[in-house]
Amino acid sequence: MSLQEDIREFIVENFLFGDEGGLHDDSSFLEEGIVDSTGIMQLVSFLQEQYLIAIEDEELIPDNLDSIKKVTNFIEDKKRALMLGSTGSH
Amino acid sequence: MGVTADFSAEVLRLDPEREIARICLRIRELMLTRVKRRGLVVGLSGGIDSSVTAALAVRALGRERVLGLEMPERHSAQESLQLSGMVAASLGMDTVREEISGILESVGFYQRYDDAVRMLFPEYGAGWKSKIAISDVVAGAELTSFYLVVESPDAAVTRMRLPFKPYLEIVAATNFKQRIRKMLEYYHADRLHFAVAGTPNRLEYDQGFFVKLGDGAADIKPIAHLYKSQVYQLAESLGIPEQIRNRKPTTDTYSLAQGQDEFYFSLPYDQMDLCLLAKNRAVPAELVAPLLGLKPEQVQMVFRDIDAKRATTRYLHLPPLLVEEIDWGNGAGRKDMKNGGTPT
Repeated sequence: MSLQEDIREFIVENFLFGDEGGLHDDSSFLEEGIVDSTGIMQLVSFLQEQYLIAIEDEELIPDNLDSIKKVTNFIEDKKRALMLGSTGSH
Repeated sequence: MGVTADFSAEVLRLDPEREIARICLRIRELMLTRVKRRGLVVGLSGGIDSSVTAALAVRALGRERVLGLEMPERHSAQESLQLSGMVAASLGMDTVREEISGILESVGFYQRYDDAVRMLFPEYGAGWKSKIAISDVVAGAELTSFYLVVESPDAAVTRMRLPFKPYLEIVAATNFKQRIRKMLEYYHADRLHFAVAGTPNRLEYDQGFFVKLGDGAADIKPIAHLYKSQVYQLAESLGIPEQIRNRKPTTDTYSLAQGQDEFYFSLPYDQMDLCLLAKNRAVPAELVAPLLGLKPEQVQMVFRDIDAKRATTRYLHLPPLLVEEIDWGNGAGRKDMKNGGTPT
């Protein structure tokens, strides 16, 4: 399963009772009422645990977390940065 | 009316005596026609809202028909009892003190709370204090986060962002306090054939700053339409002691001292009042910002936060929802019961 599918599945299972009707990859979680601010906390905890990344306070912005597409891009960037960091340290 | 052009803190100014008379008349009407109980129980916290609510109840119904309940627990501030005693004495009303630490102990509150804190700070225990703080919207936090702040016995303060699970555990445990207090308010209300007065002001009511079936539960909420600064205006006219009027709004819920603006609201109450009023009246952020010493972008962020809190807490206001509306057979006075409730 791709990263994007993983995140879609998490959103659909946790916030839509398994019914993904109408959820697009660029649907705004907040504007469309799919995920509220407590839900964003849940999403952040999931991302940190699932992908073993640390999300900093300044990264908690809608640009990173407000749609499946944004979350996917954000996590890909974080993982890439982690890889570069670990490569650079060798 | 040129509300937009004239927008200032003055818009919140009211005629206190007139408003007090209006509220008291309404309390009497509601008690006579809808609530049909003989008096009101008010939980006294030593804060401005419960003091004003108690004073209004006394003014509306007479002091013999109002009971003040003091319900401290081991984390309550020392001054709370002193201040609630002061307001009760000034109103000449009866009070009952119910120390709730024993009940909290028996439902496992202290253990559950400490266990949740230890998910982040394993060393947390005797001699430590803690509280929850919210992300700073005005400083640029676009999405809400909560932080756990702990103070060790040697006064070292540490702050850590709360992951979802411990956040829920801490809030769920802490909500015992408000729910146990409400249970006791209804116990005394039932034994006296009184009703319960709730004490939220408009900021709290609108923004969902209450616990469902805890401090959110009441039969009548006399100041829910008043912005906090208007509650202070009434307090002065009602003769609420100065020490209470000068006290910084506190949650008095956590073992570490915690201001309401630190836990929930983005700004101190007087600024928050103006932002909420501006938002309700569609006053542009550019006009509000200079009054608060903020940038328009910051006010815009507060506006967004107001909407976010309304969305997140909408469920707190919901009555129990039914699959189908119940037809009460055109019975008089039943229209207000369309979403649950037991017919009397």
